[in-house]
Amino acid sequence: MKISVQREDFDLSLETKHLSRGQGVGAVASFVGVVRDVAMTLEHYPEMTENSIRKITEDAGRRWKVMDCTVIHRYGELAPHDQIVLVAVASAHRGDAFAACEFIMDYLKTRAPFWKKEHRGEGAAWVEARASDDDAAGRWDSPARKAG
Amino acid sequence: MKVKVLFFAALREQLGVAGEEVELPAGIATVAALRGHLARRGGPWQTALAEKKNVRAAVNHDMAKAGAAIRAGDEIAFFPPVTGG
Repeated sequence: MKISVQREDFDLSLETKHLSRGQGVGAVASFVGVVRDVAMTLEHYPEMTENSIRKITEDAGRRWKVMDCTVIHRYGELAPHDQIVLVAVASAHRGDAFAACEFIMDYLKTRAPFWKKEHRGEGAAWVEARASDDDAAGRWDSPARKAG
Repeated sequence: MKVKVLFFAALREQLGVAGEEVELPAGIATVAALRGHLARRGGPWQTALAEKKNVRAAVNHDMAKAGAAIRAGDEIAFFPPVTGG
């Protein structure tokens, strides 16, 4: 398992190639989040960030058969179309890989201590959290979505 | 008892402080009580930490509910709902 909180960009193909080399791996599902059209600064809580992501991936590992996973989240100054976040999950089959990847991403949005500040023209404004993100994370708690 | 309090993002800007050591009077033993104690400083503290404001907290780097206990030496962070990913 690899978790990295970093300023630098990442290489999706390098990361998924690494995951696909694992013993028994038959599927690697990945998600990349990118900056839309507005430059932003991403602040985080360094002492807490990695630990909170680790807990989310461990939770995913209890729900699905996750063989390995990589989560990279950037912070600092980001320009439009820059990559922000990578979640990649390796498993024996696609079902577990898809589900765990989506689960980790949904929980990152509501549990990992990052805050976006957008820079538009004359001013900068903190991005407001969206209720739909809480809904997306909350749906995994319904019995129908639990593994097994 | 003494605790370390941190503020992030919009909350840090509204309060004009990133963190401080706070000596707490007896009886302040939960996250909610600490928040109320800080809000009573008035001005931006009262505004930013008002009960109706959606403020989240962490105790020693774990997300914590309002009723979570706090102890001497703890690191308590207050911040807006997260917006990463």
